Amino acid sequence: MSQADLSIHGQVSRTSATENMTAPTFSVPAKKMAMWLFIIADSATFAGCLVAYGFTRNATPDWPRPFHSITNVAAMTLILLTSSLTMLLGIRSAQRADKPGAFRWTMITAVLGVLFAVLHLREWMGMISEGATLFHNPWGTPLFSSLFFSITGLHLLHVTGGVIALIAVGVRYQGGRYKADDLEITGLYWHFVDLVWMFVVPFVYLMNLSH
Amino acid sequence: MAAAEAQAQKTGGIGKDVAVYVCLLVLAGIQFVIAYQDISASQMFVRMLSVALIEGGLALLFFMDLSENRGLMWFVLIFTVAVILGMQYGWTDSFRLIDGVPWAK
Repeated sequence: MSQADLSIHGQVSRTSATENMTAPTFSVPAKKMAMWLFIIADSATFAGCLVAYGFTRNATPDWPRPFHSITNVAAMTLILLTSSLTMLLGIRSAQRADKPGAFRWTMITAVLGVLFAVLHLREWMGMISEGATLFHNPWGTPLFSSLFFSITGLHLLHVTGGVIALIAVGVRYQGGRYKADDLEITGLYWHFVDLVWMFVVPFVYLMNLSH
Repeated sequence: MAAAEAQAQKTGGIGKDVAVYVCLLVLAGIQFVIAYQDISASQMFVRMLSVALIEGGLALLFFMDLSENRGLMWFVLIFTVAVILGMQYGWTDSFRLIDGVPWAK
């Protein structure tokens, strides 16, 4: 392109450049994009934890398999998967501008999150009563307990944060301060928490089941 | 026009969401069945990982609506997979610890 062309098309070029700079990336609103970037970063955190766990498990002879029952973890999985569906129902209601429906489904999701956390704590209490702590493991290497409590604790922390976010965003959406998009972004986070659990259950629980 | 159709589909029935939810339940159930199979740890790991990846893919595509935005889908996949693959560099050392060091079993 010659200098003359540049001067003739200068105005057009500047305009399109400005449009390019302000256009949403991948046509995704900035808030939603920020949540996706957080999810990418957080998935690296969880992947790091699971890789460290796998490394240690592989390098440790006689890795303990202390879990006798799958009832509790099966119930927790069912609850978390169901909470993802109720979250979706909430988002779909919000997209239809059905405010009471969206609020109701969001609160049901939060209640399921609380139920999951209660079952999780019950699981922890059972293990602690058998003598497992962050630094002690009655079944062998202490690394098992520290990794178990660290990974599941990090996930529980995410669930707790998610429940708080669901209640806060749900109430503000009901009050008119937040829009359907905000509920959708919170839903993205909740689905991510569910997605992480799909990897935590097989590697941390099911592969340590005693036969 | 296409965007309007997508929005109409989004706000329409929940049949697809329920179908994905049922698929996820079935896949989670398969993981519990695998846990009781009498196979080696490495075989179990491969089977568990395969099922978990399918579950994760379904959740990403349909619950998190990545299937509706191809550009974003590739962005998320490429960055996440690249970072996670980069973390796998240390596995050889994990095998060295169990087999190659003087105190190995």
